[in-house]
Amino acid sequence: MSNLPNRIESLSPDTFIRGLWRENPVFVMLLGMCPVLAVTNTTINAIAMGLATTFVLVCSSILISLLRDWIPKQVRIASFIVIIATFVTIVDYGIQAISLELYAALGAFIQLIVANCVILGRAEAFASKQRLHTTLVDSLGMGAGFTLALLSLGTVREILGSGTLLGIPLFGDNFQPWVVMILPPGGFFVLGAWLLLFNWIRLRKEQQSIERSGVAANAN
Amino acid sequence: MQTEALHSIFLNAAIVNNFVLALFLGICPFLGVSAKKETAWNMGLAVIFVMLVSSMSAYAINWLLTELDLLFLRLICYIAIIASAVQLVEMFVKRFSPSLFRSLGIFLPLITTNCAILGLALFQTAKEYNFIQSLVYATGAGVGFLLALMLMAGLREKLALARVPSVSQGAALSLMLAGLLSLAFMGFAGIGGSIG
Repeated sequence: MSNLPNRIESLSPDTFIRGLWRENPVFVMLLGMCPVLAVTNTTINAIAMGLATTFVLVCSSILISLLRDWIPKQVRIASFIVIIATFVTIVDYGIQAISLELYAALGAFIQLIVANCVILGRAEAFASKQRLHTTLVDSLGMGAGFTLALLSLGTVREILGSGTLLGIPLFGDNFQPWVVMILPPGGFFVLGAWLLLFNWIRLRKEQQSIERSGVAANAN
Repeated sequence: MQTEALHSIFLNAAIVNNFVLALFLGICPFLGVSAKKETAWNMGLAVIFVMLVSSMSAYAINWLLTELDLLFLRLICYIAIIASAVQLVEMFVKRFSPSLFRSLGIFLPLITTNCAILGLALFQTAKEYNFIQSLVYATGAGVGFLLALMLMAGLREKLALARVPSVSQGAALSLMLAGLLSLAFMGFAGIGGSIG
């Protein structure tokens, strides 16, 4: 969540960048896990889902930010949900019009963007309190972070599970695909592995800073 | 699909295509409130109740919208129904069990954004179940959610006593556990009908 939600934030590069890494909605805040796990069995699905979610996130954040003085506090969650659901319906019909194949692959998860807690979370914690241009940049950053997370799962699962990347075979004919990776358990395992990696990096950094401050203390 | 037997609908929703472990719906509460068995049990019951209410209302709304030819409003209506059902449960729990209300915390209002419930409404529409079949499907899905939550809570209670490497503490380990559970549930594949 944003650190001081009641203060009006000024626009800075960090507004965009924090969504990618420090406050990444998936890896750090563990929000919106269902689509992350469910539609990342191929890279192309992951990209499509990321873009669709980003579109809904950006549009609904803009509208919510514009309407923030008019929405009564008591019914704000309901209002946010209705706004989000409207944009999801647009995306739903849009994808149906662009590619039926993709629509079939993503299945109910396009409509389930409504229930993605990243979007409602950002609406509640950020868009409903901040000015338009900050909200726009913040939602773009969060959307990019979400897409990045989907992509990092989608590529790993596609490469391991079917030996292809974006449908292009990577290995020779002798490659034995690790089928479990594109099945449900693979989603849990790959996301778990990513989190392990990030934990390890974080712990190492902490250890290094402790050692460094320890050395400094000894020198004094 | 119209003539699918009731017991096969139930088994399909509860075990073969378990909403959490096979269809990836409702992962947030699954990871969030599975630390203690008691809370998990109560959360599961609350979800079953919301599922039953929203399944019935979704059936009615879908009929109404089909009659009026307003199907593009379906998603908005479904989510509004679910939000009201959750509000109802929240008021009910607050009135009759304040301690439970506190232990469920933020996850009670968040049932609204539990995709398992919206997913249920969407799947039952897509499968064109009649009223009775929808109810059985909702019960099965709820029982499946409760089952997954309880299994996870049991494992995590044991795990709290075990010594694990510090790097794997927290969500990473929970996800690995969920992966193993999901692997186990894959063994049921093929008993019921097709994937939702």
